[in-house]
Amino acid sequence: MSKTGLMQQSFEHHVSDDLLLDCMRCGFCLPSCPTYLHMGQDETQSPRGRIALMRAVRDGFIEWDSSIERSFDLCLGCRACEPACPAGVQYGTLIEQTREAIQSLKTPGIVEKTARKIAFDHLFVEQKKMGKAVSLVKVYQKSGLQKAVRKIGFLNLFPKHMKSMEAALPPVEKPVATLRKVHTSPLKVAFFTGCLMDTLYKETNGKTIALLEMLGIEVTIPDGQKCCGALHGHSGELARGLKNIEQNIEVFDSDDFDYIVNNAGGCGAFLKEYEKHLSTEKGQRFSQKTIDISSVLIKGGLLDWLQALPKREVKAVVTYQDSCHLRNVNGVITEPRAILNNLPGIVYKELPKADMCCGSAGIYNLLQPELAGEILKTKMYHVKEINPAIIVTANPGCLLQMQAGIHLENLQQNMQAMHIVDLVYSIIKENE
Amino acid sequence: MNERALQQFQNILGKEHVKNSTAQLLAYSYDATANFQRMPEVVLSPESAQQIIEILHVCNTFNIPIIPRGSGTNLAAGTVPYAGGAVLLFNRMNRVIEFDQENLTITVQPGMISEDLCKFVESHGLFYPPDPSSMKISTIGGNVSENSGGLRGLKYGVTKDYVKGLQVVLANGQLLKTGGKLAKDVAGYDLTSLLVGAEGTLGIITEITLKLIPLPTKKMTSVAYFHSLEDAARTVSQIIASKIIPVTLEFLDQKTIVAVEQFMKIGLPTDVEAMLVFEQDGDETIVMKDINEMTRIAKENGAFITQLAKDEIEAEKIKTARRVALSALSKLRPTTILEDATVPRSALAEMVRRINKIAERNNVNIATFGHAGDGNLHPTCLTDVRDHEEMERVEQAFAEIFEAALDLGGTITGEHGIGEMKAPYLEWKVGESGIQLMKGIKAVFDPNNIINPGKIFAKETKKRVMLHV
Ligand SMILES: Cc1cc2nc3c(=O)[nH]c(=O)nc-3n(C[C@H](O)[C@H](O)[C@H](O)COP(=O)(O)OP(=O)(O)OC[C@H]3O[C@@H](n4cnc5c(N)ncnc54)[C@H](O)[C@@H]3O)c2cc1C
Ligand code: SF4
Ligand code: SF4
Repeated sequence: MSKTGLMQQSFEHHVSDDLLLDCMRCGFCLPSCPTYLHMGQDETQSPRGRIALMRAVRDGFIEWDSSIERSFDLCLGCRACEPACPAGVQYGTLIEQTREAIQSLKTPGIVEKTARKIAFDHLFVEQKKMGKAVSLVKVYQKSGLQKAVRKIGFLNLFPKHMKSMEAALPPVEKPVATLRKVHTSPLKVAFFTGCLMDTLYKETNGKTIALLEMLGIEVTIPDGQKCCGALHGHSGELARGLKNIEQNIEVFDSDDFDYIVNNAGGCGAFLKEYEKHLSTEKGQRFSQKTIDISSVLIKGGLLDWLQALPKREVKAVVTYQDSCHLRNVNGVITEPRAILNNLPGIVYKELPKADMCCGSAGIYNLLQPELAGEILKTKMYHVKEINPAIIVTANPGCLLQMQAGIHLENLQQNMQAMHIVDLVYSIIKENE
Repeated sequence: MNERALQQFQNILGKEHVKNSTAQLLAYSYDATANFQRMPEVVLSPESAQQIIEILHVCNTFNIPIIPRGSGTNLAAGTVPYAGGAVLLFNRMNRVIEFDQENLTITVQPGMISEDLCKFVESHGLFYPPDPSSMKISTIGGNVSENSGGLRGLKYGVTKDYVKGLQVVLANGQLLKTGGKLAKDVAGYDLTSLLVGAEGTLGIITEITLKLIPLPTKKMTSVAYFHSLEDAARTVSQIIASKIIPVTLEFLDQKTIVAVEQFMKIGLPTDVEAMLVFEQDGDETIVMKDINEMTRIAKENGAFITQLAKDEIEAEKIKTARRVALSALSKLRPTTILEDATVPRSALAEMVRRINKIAERNNVNIATFGHAGDGNLHPTCLTDVRDHEEMERVEQAFAEIFEAALDLGGTITGEHGIGEMKAPYLEWKVGESGIQLMKGIKAVFDPNNIINPGKIFAKETKKRVMLHV
C-alpha cells in the first residue's frame, strides 16, 4: 500500500472523526497560536490549518508528504488554541492522536530510536534512572565531559540549543530547611514528585513540602510513583506511557488525601487528563483530585497569612510567565498571580503576553530549536519591556527556557528565573 | 501550475512568499463555510500594490484565476478556489498608512485585523463602529469586501458607511483610486460604493481610507425576557417608533437560549420564547434616559423579567449569552450552518414563526438569533454533513427560508455575502435584469474573468419554491 494509503488508515484508526467535526473553521484560534504568529501568519501552522490537514489525511483528500508532517511537528502542543476556541475543539487530544497515528507507522533512524527508547522506556519511566542521567549532566557541567554525556543518547536530542540550556542548569542541590508552622490547615495531600522536578529540581520539591507543612497541610509521598507520561503522550508514544498512568493511578488511590499536588504545570495538565486515557472510576478520582501547588497553597490559607504580614520595603520587580498547560488545560491563571501580588518586599508586574508559550513546550525546544528560539526571542522582548529582577514560572521546562533566555540576552547580572515555590520559600525564609 | 508562471511569481515575490507544498495548498482550500473545499495551485503573499500589479500581469498572461483572501472567516465560500488558481494573501500588508486626526480618517492596508484597527483608534479617543462578531480575526479588507455589519449596525451603520476611499488594483493591472478624505465628493459614478461588498470579484483592494467618529463616553446594557415572540417583536418596533436608536438590539429565540444555558449555566430562564439584549451609548444622561425608556417599553409589552447591568462586568455577563450563541449551538450537532436572512423589523416575529414551521416541515433542527434592531436574523441549522439525506433536507429548508424572507420584503443575506454558496439564489432577490446588469459590470472590470471567478454568479439559478405559509 502507498504511504498515503497507510497514513490514511492509521489516521482513521487513531484520529477521532467526531472530534475533527467539532471544528467549524471559524479561525478564532488563529491569533492565540504562537506558531501561526511566528511564521508570518501561515495558515499551515495554525490550529485551524492543522485540523484541516488531519481531516484531509483521514479522508484521503491529499497525498501524504513531509510538508504535512512538518506542520504537525512544529505544533508546540501549548494548547493556547483551546480556550480561544468557541466550539470547544479538543485540540490537545487531536494532536496527540495525530502524533500516534504518525509514530505508529514510523521506523525511526537509529539515533532517534535509541533516544526515544532511552527517553521513553527508561528515563521518563523511573525517577532513579532519570536521577542518574541528571547526575551525568552535572558531571558534564563540572568537567565538560561532553562525550560521556552524548553517549546516553537522550542528549542527542539536545542540539545547539543545549549550550544555553546547559548553562542554565541549576547547581547541585542543598538540603532544604523546614519552615515554622504558621497555620493549621486540615488538608491532607499526596505529593506527585515528577521526574524532572525530583532530579534537576529536587530542592524545589523539598521547598514545596516545606511550604505545605508550614500551613499545617499533611503531606504524603506515595511510593512507586512514576513519571506522569506527558512526554510519551505528546510524542506519539502514548502506548508506552499508559503503564505509567496505570501505576500512578494505583499508588495514589487512597481516601487518605484530599488532593494530589504537583508543582510542574506540564505534568499537572497530563495528570488532570488521566481520566481521558483511563476512564475508570479510579482514573476519574485521580483527575478530580489533581491540583497545582499555587491553588493548594491558597486553599491552605497562604493568602490570609501573607496579607497579615507587616508591609516591607519593595526590593524587586517580579513577573510571571504562565505555564501553557497550567493555564490552558487546568485553567489556573489567577492563583499564582494572587500569591505573587501578596508577597512582601516585591512588586508584581504583569508580563505582556504572559499567556503566550515561551517555546519550551516539553522537549520541543530540543526538537525544533530554530522556531523555539524565535519564540523565545519574542518572549524576551516582552520581558525586557518591564525588566524584572525575577521571572517566575511554574513548570521545569519553562523555568529552563526562561533561564536560557536570560543567558541568551546576557541579562544574568540583574535578572533570574525562579520556580514560584522557590521564590515564595525564599521570601518567607528571609522574613522568618 | 504552469512552471513559467510559477517562476515569474517567484521572481516578483521571492521564493519564500510563493507557497505550493501540499500542506500550504490545503490550508488555503477552505474558509469558515461548512462543506466547501477545493485546492488552489499556489499561495502568494505580496507586500505592495506594485507586486500585486505584476502578479495580475502574470495571471492574465497564463489565464490563472486569482482569489483574494483575508482571514478566510467568510460564511459564503467566498475564498474557496473555484477552479484552482492563486490564493492572494494580505498577511504582509497590515500596516496603518496614515492616521489623520485632523480630518478624522485612517488609511490602512487591507490585511490589518479589524479589532487591531478598532483598538488603535480607540486608544486615541476615536471610534470605528463596524464590529462583526468575527472582528478578532477578520481583516479590514475582508470586511470591506463583504460590507460586514455588526452588533452596532442599527445605530452606526455598517462598513460601507465608513469607507471613504479605496486604492484598487484592477484585473488588467491598472491602479485605481476612488473617493478620498473629502466630506463631499460627487465626481462621477460612486465606484467606492460599487467596490465595497464586491466580494473580491471586481478588483484587489490595496488601501482603505475610513471615516472615524468620536468615541462615545458611556454605555449601558439591559436584558428582557418574553413569553411570546410577538411581544418581543412589538417591543423592538415600539422602541424604534419612540425615536430611540439603541446601539445594539439583539434577539435570541428559545432554542438558542436553551442551548446557551446548557452550555454556560449562567441562569437564563429556559421557559421563555425570546430574549432581547439592548444597549445604548453616548452621553451619560441620554444613555440613562434611553435605557430606562426601553425597559419601560419592554415591560409594557409583556416582558416579565428585565434587568439592567449595574457595571461593565454585569453588562459583559448579559452580552455573553448573545456572544456564545453560535458556540453553544455548535455543540449540539457535528455540523453548524449559520445563515443570514434579513427582513424588515416589523416582520421579525412572523419570520421566526415561519423559520420554525419550515424546520418542522423539513424535519431539521434550526435555532434563530440575530440583530433584531435591523431585522438581520441568523437561522442556524444543526446537522451532520456525513448524512447526505439530511443535508438535502437542510438545503430545502434554507431555500424555503430565503423564499420566506423575500416574501416578507427581506433579502437572502444581510451581511455574509453571496460568494459561491448563495449564488444560486441571487436572482431571486435582484431579478434577471439585476443579474444581467451585474454580469455586465463584472465583464467591464474583469473581461478575462480571472478575479475570484465562480462567485456571486451561479451556473444555474435555483428554482423558487413558492410556498405560502
Ligand atoms: C463566527 C463568525 C462570526 C461572524 N460574524 C459576522 C458578523 O457579525 N457580521 C458580518 O458581517 N460577518 C460576520 N462573519 C463573516 C466574516 O467574518 C466577514 O465576512 C468578514 O468580513 C470576512 O473577513 P476576512 O478577512 O475573513 O475575509 P475573507 O473571508 O478572507 O474574504 C471575504 C471576501 O473578501 C474578499 N477579499 C478579502 N480581502 C480582499 C481584498 N483586499 N481585496 C479584494 N477582495 C478581498 C475575498 O475574496 C472574499 O470574497 C462571521 C464569521 C464567523 C466565522
Ligand atoms: S497547541 Fe499551541 S502551537 Fe499547537 S496549534 Fe494550538 S496554539 Fe498553535
Ligand atoms: S477556533 Fe475552534 S472551531 Fe474555530 S477554527 Fe479554531 S479550532 Fe476550529
